[in-house]
Amino acid sequence: MAEPSNTPATISEVSLEKLVQRDDRGRPSRAAQNVVFEVQNLGVSYDGSPALKDVSLEIYQNCVTAFIGPSGCGKSTFIRCFNHLNALIPGARIQGKILYHEQDLYGPGVDPVEVRKRIGMVFQKPNPFPKSIYDNVAFGPRVLGMTGDLDGRVERALQQAALWDEVGHRLKSSALSLSGGQQQRLCIARCLAVEPEVILMDEPASALDPIATTRIEDLMHELKAEYTIVVVTHNMQQAARVADMTAFFSIERGEENERSGILVEYDLTEKIFTQPSDKRTEDYVTGRFG
Amino acid sequence: MSAVPGALRGERRRGRVSGVLFHGFLLFSLALGIGTLVALLAQVVIKGWSNVDAVLLFEPPSADPAIAGARPAILATIYLGLLVIALTVPIGVATAIYLEEYADKDRWYNRLLEVNIQNLAAVPSIVYGLLGAAFLVRGLGLGRVLLAGAFILTLLVLPTVIIAAREGIRAVPGSIREAAYALGATRWQVVWRQVLPAATPGIATGSILALSRALGETAPLLLVGALTYVSFNPTLLGDFTALPVQIFQYIQRPQEAFKTVAAAGMVVLLVILLLLNSVAIWLRNRYQTKW
Amino acid sequence: MATRELSPAVPHLRAARRRWGEDVIKGVLALCAFVSVATTVGIVVALFLPAIEFFREVSIWDYLTGTEWTALFSEPQFGVLPLVGGTFLVVLFAALVCAPFGLGAAIYLSEYAHSRARAFLKPTLEILAGIPTVVYGYFALTFVTPLLQDVGFDVGTFNALSAALVMGIMLLPTVASLSEDAMSAVPRDLRHGAYALGSTRLQVSTRIVVPAAISGIIASFVLAISRAVGETMIVLIAAGGQPNLTLDPREQVQTMTAFMGATAQGDVETGSTAYKTIFAVGATLFVLTLLMNLVSIRLTRRFREVYE
Repeated sequence: MAEPSNTPATISEVSLEKLVQRDDRGRPSRAAQNVVFEVQNLGVSYDGSPALKDVSLEIYQNCVTAFIGPSGCGKSTFIRCFNHLNALIPGARIQGKILYHEQDLYGPGVDPVEVRKRIGMVFQKPNPFPKSIYDNVAFGPRVLGMTGDLDGRVERALQQAALWDEVGHRLKSSALSLSGGQQQRLCIARCLAVEPEVILMDEPASALDPIATTRIEDLMHELKAEYTIVVVTHNMQQAARVADMTAFFSIERGEENERSGILVEYDLTEKIFTQPSDKRTEDYVTGRFG
Repeated sequence: MSAVPGALRGERRRGRVSGVLFHGFLLFSLALGIGTLVALLAQVVIKGWSNVDAVLLFEPPSADPAIAGARPAILATIYLGLLVIALTVPIGVATAIYLEEYADKDRWYNRLLEVNIQNLAAVPSIVYGLLGAAFLVRGLGLGRVLLAGAFILTLLVLPTVIIAAREGIRAVPGSIREAAYALGATRWQVVWRQVLPAATPGIATGSILALSRALGETAPLLLVGALTYVSFNPTLLGDFTALPVQIFQYIQRPQEAFKTVAAAGMVVLLVILLLLNSVAIWLRNRYQTKW
Repeated sequence: MATRELSPAVPHLRAARRRWGEDVIKGVLALCAFVSVATTVGIVVALFLPAIEFFREVSIWDYLTGTEWTALFSEPQFGVLPLVGGTFLVVLFAALVCAPFGLGAAIYLSEYAHSRARAFLKPTLEILAGIPTVVYGYFALTFVTPLLQDVGFDVGTFNALSAALVMGIMLLPTVASLSEDAMSAVPRDLRHGAYALGSTRLQVSTRIVVPAAISGIIASFVLAISRAVGETMIVLIAAGGQPNLTLDPREQVQTMTAFMGATAQGDVETGSTAYKTIFAVGATLFVLTLLMNLVSIRLTRRFREVYE
């Protein structure tokens, strides 16, 4: 089994090990660590054909949780359930439940705006608005009617996203003039300005060069102290570098040969990559298929 | 290589003649269009340019061609233009926003709406005049007034504005909307703060082009009662005429001198349209967002 | 770094108050969209109510088959065939101009022209489409008719041919533009394949590209014809004011649209039978153009489907 790569042993990882108790089947169970999301038998279908089937897991607070798996296994579909973004796609249907701090995320009367206030998202391809850097970061607070010092919020967000030093002196210039990596950090700052609890990241570094990727990964380490981070990545090494918990998804063929995504294994990252319980996981992380 | 040159060249020669003839036909087609354009503009400008003077611009029409002007008509055309823009842009853009951002495309009534707009865009302009004659002039009792003309021209170009606005809105990438929704913006906030500002150059260009079409229309105004002899300045609720209608009237007069006045009027009209179109194109080139 | 204050254990996921503002906005937008529906309903009512009244006084059979149109006489005849015939004659010759030459221009722009030439030529051609029709009418009357007379065609001051020729030129960009769109939708690979087999440009254009784009091209023809049918000012100025059932384009004719335009200008008593003729003819015109437009839209959709 491969040694875990340069995963720095941070305090939170070590305590996770100790804190997370295992039930008699060896799976991590609900423990002293706060549970932010509890997913119960979640399924997603588009226009009748299933994209994701029967997923159950828990997301823990102040952890980085990674979803890995081959393309088409539904990881992006899954992550978009957490902030109601699947609602933008007509024909998308959800079965099962997601509990956010024990509240049903898809219960009656739930307002997507309230959900997205608390659960933010960063997308695969950086998508800054065609406006100034300041207006990009200020957009969230403005539309949500957040009172208080807007300039202060913008500066704080840009600092948290490790972008302030580079753009603090030219906040009025267009966001489109930044490099790819800077634009992505701007998108992160934009998300942080709203003061969410959770940050969802859908392959945040896949469109970036390696140096920019490293900066994003460093950022994830810094941010998890204050936020809960869920990241989808097709890059296994990235999951090994940044994630505390890792969920491996794969594709299953149904009776009529339709493909849908399923959750294969969910555990501490170290365990997934060194001693996976499921053979499919082992095949994937050792590169036997991808 | 030298084994078959003769045969190769022979075949080319046969194909060459028909190829040249064809090429000639194509060039002729193009030349026919462009040549006619040049001839037409030359004809109008040469005849009318000298007559574009203070008389034309500031005097009312008269039975004497020497002092016949087109002031009421020019003013009316300007008023019509302002009214049409003020009416079509809000209604057209609102319709486009509804269709692109709010309407559920699976509903039958929304699809019918789309088909309806496509059909309206192709209805002959004179039919809009009939609509005006029946409803506005008689039905609503507005009478043969400038406001009625403005309403009819608005309805005439509304489909064009809607289609242009939809194009502009559709050009805004979905990723921008996604990012805005993900930050907690409501649908209207996304539309008003992100989509519309980004789509504005396209919408503006399309609206100006639609306006320039409206200002060149004659037939619907004839049916709504644009008189061909109006000597006083137009008001919203008074008798009116418009530049194309005035030109038409001058063409119909038997005296040859009036043809010159008509040509002068056409020069003025063409200049107005040229200005509008140039602004539209400049807007498009200058402000087009490169996604 | 101290941890941030955590969200309360039970987050309020329901909105603080119902966002009725959003519903109001959607309602206002839908109302604006309704204007277009109201327009169509208005057109149908405006045309067909008086038309139906008219057909209570005049039999439809007489209307559709009669060859005398003397609506404004004291003993009026209401056979619409002269007007339809006038429209038909003008449209026929206009189509003979705009179809082949419009297609020719389109082929040139699509297959032969360099991109810089195209960038200049296409907008220039579009200018033709933007010139007001009253200017075209003037051109037909004062330039084309004398020209035809000089060349020896023996046309009257008012004649169908001048109007038709000018109308054809006016519609040339319509055909050219739509046909060129259809042709540029044909994938490059088809052309490359043919060139690789040694075809000439003539062969590729006529045997590969045009057949592949044929539904879009025909759509452009139908659209142009529909516009020709509905066009008023050119014929009102240059084609004549007397209904005349003939196939000789050198004679003057009155089209449906010219009749409507001329009668509306005159002193016709509102509510009289003569007044209603305007609407009856208008209804006929509307039905004709509507049918043609539906065909054109169907064809356009088909050519878009094939390649997208």
